[in-house]
Formats: sequence, structure tokens, C-alpha cells
Amino acid sequence: MILTIARREFTTMFLSPLAWVILGIMQTILGYMFLAQLDNYFTLQPQLLNLKNAPGVTDIVIASLFQLAAVILLMMMPLITMRTIAEEKRNKTLSLLISSPISMTEIVLGKFLGLFLFVVVLVSLLMLMPLSLYMGTELDAGKLFSIYLAMLLLLGSFAAIGLYLSSLTDNQTIAATSTFGALLMLWIIDWIGESIADSDSVVSYLSILQHHKSMLRGVFDSSDIAYYLILISAFLVLTIRQLDRERML
Amino acid sequence: MDSTALIKVENLSRFYQKHCAISQLSFSLEPGEVLGFLGPNGAGKSTTMQIITGNLAPSEGQVLIGGFDIIESPRQAKQLIGYLPEHPPVYREATVDEFLKYCAKLHRLKRPAIAPAMEQVKSDCGLNEVGHRLIGNLSKGYQQRVGIAQAIIHNPPVVILDEPTVGLDPIQIREIRSLIKTLGSERSVILSTHILSEVQATCDRVQIIREGKLIYKASIEMLEDQSSEHSIVVALKQPPGPERLAQLESVEQVETIDSNRFRLYFNTASPVESLIQESVAQQWGLFELIPDHRSLEDLFIELTQDDRAVDETGEPGS
Repeated sequence: MILTIARREFTTMFLSPLAWVILGIMQTILGYMFLAQLDNYFTLQPQLLNLKNAPGVTDIVIASLFQLAAVILLMMMPLITMRTIAEEKRNKTLSLLISSPISMTEIVLGKFLGLFLFVVVLVSLLMLMPLSLYMGTELDAGKLFSIYLAMLLLLGSFAAIGLYLSSLTDNQTIAATSTFGALLMLWIIDWIGESIADSDSVVSYLSILQHHKSMLRGVFDSSDIAYYLILISAFLVLTIRQLDRERML
Repeated sequence: MDSTALIKVENLSRFYQKHCAISQLSFSLEPGEVLGFLGPNGAGKSTTMQIITGNLAPSEGQVLIGGFDIIESPRQAKQLIGYLPEHPPVYREATVDEFLKYCAKLHRLKRPAIAPAMEQVKSDCGLNEVGHRLIGNLSKGYQQRVGIAQAIIHNPPVVILDEPTVGLDPIQIREIRSLIKTLGSERSVILSTHILSEVQATCDRVQIIREGKLIYKASIEMLEDQSSEHSIVVALKQPPGPERLAQLESVEQVETIDSNRFRLYFNTASPVESLIQESVAQQWGLFELIPDHRSLEDLFIELTQDDRAVDETGEPGS
């Protein structure tokens, strides 16, 4: 049942040009950045030869590429998540799901899974660029996998937050704007932490960026994974509660 | 109330903040009957429908569908209902076939059962020719049919239709009504509307709601009985004068409309037969004879404006 809703959600995304446009923009911008980083790497290469434990191509080109991808997607994801529930509310189609013999949990999980499928497609397409380097060099497969996982978890949390904010309104613009605001807040929340110069502070733990950074470096810390999983499940539960609550109002 | 009732609504109340949308509503729906749920706009019809289908939670009271409580065991209860809300919940960007297939899956139809169910509802709702078209490109009437098809695809014993003919043209209205009639021959239907003739055309039983309270329950025959006024309008070429007409058998009172037309009031037996006989014998030149029907709208207005208690004895079978 969850899969049925997820599939509907996923195909609906591609029925409108928005998903295609976002995929296209991401590929174009990151393709350009990828080339620029490669160029950069070639100029740096002679100096790197002199270093011990020099960072490899995976660190210099790919990690920084995906760091940039994360920033751009922070702006793009709200556009993908905004319609999930808000549109159904506006068009009054939500009652189709609610009147069907399925629970709110299944509805929300289905919607989230649909979004997550899109994320998988998006990240996999972006991964093709670094993978193309295999034609000329060796890559650190472990780090690549860590980066892939980091992107999936990061965008998964973006999707969960966007889904929740989309369930609060029937206006897609408001959903997108508030999602963008929330994501940006989670992104910059540790700036204050940095000035306090205490990297173990709560704000630094809350920051989505900190966890992302360490995973991009290839550090596979279970507390980072836990952070994302907790974030995702918290917002999914909030969405379920929100939809249930609306029947009481 | 009967324990075999398909839908049993008990003391249902619903508040929006402090505003009371429906209060202490109780009724039941028996298998195989078409129940008309009448009321002016804002009387609480849609709220009631939404509560029955689990789209809203009741503030007080209970809804049992086939014995299952809509709050306690929503899955079993919702499986028994097909619901068409006021705005048909259709995805404009999907084709009719895609949409119906999705609905069938949502209602947990087994994979091999989906194709025959789709064929069935498409032929029932006259959607055979538009299966591959986008719902957003269909006319309002067809979208409404898709909405009805969505409500019956899992072959539920109860179908709930909330104002299914709003915004349709007269031909479409007639088509949808005949579709509802067909539905009613195999299933129980609750039909909410503010149009009396719709109830008259499709329902077995009617209940009228006003300001959240049931104010009238009756079978459709009783409603029609109440609506027929005891008067006729006659037009005569050489009228004999109202006094002479008043002397006709069973005529109680005569009202002159113009020099040729009169309205005859009667109480029990119709004076038509004696009128025609006299007219031929006296050469009054009868050229028009119209039985007056107090319009159902008048009755509706009267009922919804009166502070009339529910006519419990009006229920059929009691």
C-alpha cells in the first residue's frame, strides 16, 4: 500500500516539468563545477606530489562537488516537497486517501518514500560524474559510498522536513518558503557555535552541515547516521500527527 | 433501530470551535435503500458525510458501518464505503485508467481483480471512450462520473454522494441521476443535495436537516403526498361565473384568476370528472385543466423554516 502511494507520488513528480527542470539544472551546474574542480586539481597536482598523505582526487574534486550540490539542493528540495500534501489539500484530493482503507502512517510513509525515490534518482545521476573518472584513474570506493550515503541521508531529511511543512498549509508557495527557511536555519545554526568555539556544543550537533561534512570526508560515524534517522523519523511522526489532528479541527 | 443497518449514526455532534455544525444526529441506512439527505447550504450535510467517511472526527456520538466503528476500526469500516465528496477527488494530471487503477489499489483490490473491476465501473459510469484521456481535460460532467466510478470501484455496499449534480448542465444532471438510480438498485446510497427534485427522482426515503438538526424524516411517497396541493386551475371559453363553479361536486372554494381562468379548491375527491361533464353539457368550452402542485421547493422552505419536530411516525415500516 505504501508502495502504491510512493509510486503515484513519484510518477506525478515527473508528469510536471518541475522535476525534469530541477534534474536538468542540477546536472548542468554541477557538470560545470565538476570540470572547474578537475581543472583546479590539475593545477594543484604538482604541489600535491610533494606532500605526504596528500588528499586524492576523491577528496578534492568529488567531496567539494557534493558539498556544493548540498547547498544547491537546499534551495531546490523545497520546490520538490512543496506540492506533496499542500497540493492535495488545495485540490481537495486528500479525502481520496483518507476515505480509503489505509492509515495515516501509510499515507505519510508512501509520500515520503515517493520523495525519497526522487532523491535516489537525483543523487545517482550526480554520481555518474565522479564515476566517469574511473576511466582515467582509481577512486576511493569507500569514500564514494560514504558520500553517496551522506547525500541520501541529507536529502532524505530535507524531504521529511519539506513533507511536514507541506502538511501544514494548502498553499504551495508557503510550504516551499517555510521549508527553505527551516533548512537554511538548520544549515547555519552552528555559525553561532563556531564563534563560541566549542565544536561539541548543542548547536553544532543540531547543524545539518556538520554531520554532512564529516561524512563527505569519509568518516562513517554512527552518530551522524543516527542524527539523520532521528531527524527523518521525527518529522514523519509530526506529519502523521498533523494530518490526524486536522480531522479534529 | 435495526441491528442489520448498514450505517448507524448515533447522537452525532460536531463542533467547529464553538460553532455547532451538527447536533445529536441519529439515523440509519438499511441495505438496498437510497436515502436523500436534504438541507439548505450550510445545514451540516457535508459535515455529516465527512464524519461518516472518516474525514472528520465527531465531537460526540458514534458511527457504525456494517458494525464497525469508523474511529475504532477504520480500515474495515472504510472498506465498506465508497465516497464522492463535494469536489470530486480526482488527479487532473492522471488519465482515467491510471486514476481508477490507483483507486482500486488503494482499496486493496487484488491484482487480478483490478482489470475486471475497472471494466465494470467504466461501463457503469459511461467512461469507456475516455479511458486514455487526462482527467483535467474532461468536462465537469465526466469528471463527476470519474468521481462516482472511484467511489464504486471496490464494489462497496454503501455509496455516499455529496451533492453529485452541482455545477452540471441539465443533460448531465439527468445522466448522473439515472446513474445514481442504477447504483441504488444494487447498493445502499446516501445522497446529499439541496435540490428537492433530485431526491424525488432518485430516493426511497428522505430526511431534511437544518442547522445541524434533523427536522423531517419520511418516505418519498409521504413527501409527495404532502406536496400535492388540493387545487386545480381550469380555463373556460364561456365561463359560467364563479358561483356556478362553486356548486360543482366537492369544490370548496373558487378563486378567479382572470376572466377565463379559475382555481378550484377541493378537499377529498377531485372535481375533475363532474367539471368535464358539466362543461360538455353546458358548453363552457373547457380548454385547459392543470392540477396544481405545490412545488416541493415551497414545502422545503416551509419545513426548513418551521420549528417542526422530527416526524418519527413518518418512517416507513413503523
